[in-house]
Amino acid sequence: MRKYIIKRILVSIGILFFVTLVIYTLVRCLPASYVETMAMQLSTAPGSKPYEEWLAQLNASYGLDQPIPAGYVHWLGDFLRGNFGDSWKFTVPVVEEFKSVIGVSFVMGAISLILELIIAIPLGIIAATKQYSKSDYIISASALVGISLPTFFFATVLKLIFAVKLGWLDTHGFVGRNFAQLDSMGQFLDKCSHLILPIATLTIVSVGSLMRYTRTNMLEVLNADYIRTARAKGVSEKKVIYHHAFRNTLIPLVTIVGGSLPGLFSGALITETLFSIPGIGYVSYQAMVAGDIPFTMFYLTFIAVLTLLGNLISDILYAVVDPRVRIAS
Amino acid sequence: MSEENKYSLNDDRRVKVLSPGALVAKRFFRNRLAVLGLIMLIVMFLFSFVGGLVMPYGQDEQFYTYTYLEKEYVGVTRNDDLRYAVADGQEFPTILQAQFLLALGKNKTEFEYKDISYAYAQEGEDLYAISTADGTLLAIAYKDIVNAADQMDELPFNVKHEALKAYVNGEGSFSADGTDYTLDGDGNIIEDNLVLGYISRFVVASKENGVEITRDFKERLEEALEADTDEFVYADAGGEEHTYAISYDASTKVWSVKQETETYVYDTYSRPSKAHPLGTDNNGMDMLVRLMYGGRVSLIIGFIVVIIETTLGVIMGGISGYFGGWVDNLIMRLVDIFYCIPSMPIIIILGAAMDNMNVDSQLRMLYLMLILGVLGWAGIARLVRGQILSLREQEFMTATEACGIRVSRRIFRHLIPNVIPQLIVSCTMGLGSVILTEATLSFLGLGVKFPFASWGNIISDVNNSYVMTTFWFIWIPAGVCLLITVLGFNFVGDGLRDAFDPKMKR
Repeated sequence: MRKYIIKRILVSIGILFFVTLVIYTLVRCLPASYVETMAMQLSTAPGSKPYEEWLAQLNASYGLDQPIPAGYVHWLGDFLRGNFGDSWKFTVPVVEEFKSVIGVSFVMGAISLILELIIAIPLGIIAATKQYSKSDYIISASALVGISLPTFFFATVLKLIFAVKLGWLDTHGFVGRNFAQLDSMGQFLDKCSHLILPIATLTIVSVGSLMRYTRTNMLEVLNADYIRTARAKGVSEKKVIYHHAFRNTLIPLVTIVGGSLPGLFSGALITETLFSIPGIGYVSYQAMVAGDIPFTMFYLTFIAVLTLLGNLISDILYAVVDPRVRIAS
Repeated sequence: MSEENKYSLNDDRRVKVLSPGALVAKRFFRNRLAVLGLIMLIVMFLFSFVGGLVMPYGQDEQFYTYTYLEKEYVGVTRNDDLRYAVADGQEFPTILQAQFLLALGKNKTEFEYKDISYAYAQEGEDLYAISTADGTLLAIAYKDIVNAADQMDELPFNVKHEALKAYVNGEGSFSADGTDYTLDGDGNIIEDNLVLGYISRFVVASKENGVEITRDFKERLEEALEADTDEFVYADAGGEEHTYAISYDASTKVWSVKQETETYVYDTYSRPSKAHPLGTDNNGMDMLVRLMYGGRVSLIIGFIVVIIETTLGVIMGGISGYFGGWVDNLIMRLVDIFYCIPSMPIIIILGAAMDNMNVDSQLRMLYLMLILGVLGWAGIARLVRGQILSLREQEFMTATEACGIRVSRRIFRHLIPNVIPQLIVSCTMGLGSVILTEATLSFLGLGVKFPFASWGNIISDVNNSYVMTTFWFIWIPAGVCLLITVLGFNFVGDGLRDAFDPKMKR
């Protein structure tokens, strides 16, 4: 087991190396719009150097004058030493900006994951136990509707209904207009109320796949021989489902949920952008569109690490939870 | 039934034999959700591909409409100040006017200035004749204004004076300098059927340069003002009728008359009507037609991306699964890398870069398809490889080897067809998600761009919150189309998965 984990981690590091290389090459090949815009602005100042000189100077100061391989080695060295540079757009160290926004994203992700679990698992089990019944059709169909819903459209509909027509919530932002006048409890509630719509969007859009996953796995387990044996022995249906079947369904569920835990930190790019919630997704979107290379590189690497971590966790959990799985060494 | 009855009980022909394909089809059509999805897809395909041909409008045909713009035309004031006309060869400077007004205020008929005395006499309502002490007429002061008729010379002083005298005293005729004039009810001064001028209390000033206000217009306007209406219609010399709105501003005592002019503009955000069942967008284009062409773009992009993905995935997965060993290892590590690359951020960055480079809309669509395709093949490669790994150990593959069939044929004729069911399922579901991704990008303004329509960029109009709240017909239908199409692909994909599954009981 230990050997397996170490091997997996080493492979992941190798993959990460190539992923960051690809990302770095891609980001460097793009027109460095941010630097060009800056140079353009600086050169319009009265008595300033011409645009070309500013561009060269800025490129040099940002390390953009190096060829890509050298630049990558330089970036990697800085990255490994924990020096992530300063964000160009936010003009603060990348880590500082990251720290200030990651909390919201995590809270949003965690709450919606919990809601998803509460909704998806019971409904998935009901759908599987009553296969081809009316409730199965309804649950399966609504799971597919959830998967098919375009996030941006659904979020807009929610905004129209709850923010514009009913006027209960705000359409944008993380704090209300009178946030500064509220006491600490009021401020907390204000923030919570601004998270209702984004979390609802996230939950509804992503609950479907977990529901289908639960249903499929439950169906597979229900078709297994030991369930037939249990039924043949005269075990009550309730006990068959919740004692024998459900426990076995938990194996793949724990694996997939464990694998999605790192994803809680990755933020919801589209949802946060739509609701202007200052989480990692929205901030990175702004950075990416502005061509802020240090922040973009940090964010993309961070996401890649989270993905690899998620895969690793789910593979390990798979072996840990299911004693039948033996890892070939 | 009667056909079957002819056969004996153990006749093989009594047993209906279905090919595997027919079995799959039978299972598929028994699934109500799958059939619903198929119907949804057919409707959306007809809507997008046939609808565009049937509709009479083009994709980027713009529509125009007339709107009424109110333009300030003239301002009318009622003259409440005394005005002065000086007799020929006399002088009546401003200082004397002031002295006259003072005397008038004190009700004295005489006043003095610089040791010269003057006198005035009231000749009617708001009409005064001012003369020196020896009786020479200096000037007249009046409130009703004598205007020269259109294209006529200014009236001489004497005529003005006599006309005013007649006007304020309600007389129909007068004579001045030996000529006889008549004065009609409208205040026109007529000599031998020729209108020389007219008297009126209203001052009409044009608010636009180069607009000549005719006497006829003024007369009609005065009637309207006296009747206290807010609106009147006047046909100009060319016979063109205009409607004028009259409003009175009490603080400045000015009636402002606004001409309602028809302006030809883009018919933007018009409500749904017979001509435009879903209204028009902010460029004055028919929404329904945009929706149809948008569907075409979304579906075509979806198909091309899925074809790119599948081709890449099948080739890479097939090679990897068949050869195994270091080839497999290499390709699978490549798959791992592509799995790990955060695709949405990458596409957003590339989209922003294309924005920056002003890439042509059509070229951009091509790039978008390539990027989505290249970023999406890893999953299919993994699926194909997994299937092939288990298939290649089976007997029929040993048979192909024994027969000496060449490798490419073994992979693509014997292995891949066995993966087709799973491929079809994943392609169908993949189509839905590609369409969603494209729509999301277009919504963010980083995907398909104007003048091409796509369901995503139609919805992106809601970034203007006024459009979101007021013009539901712009974005709700596009969202519904998107939802129906993606849902259709998912229902069909789900149905196919069940239908292809030989373990299925039904």
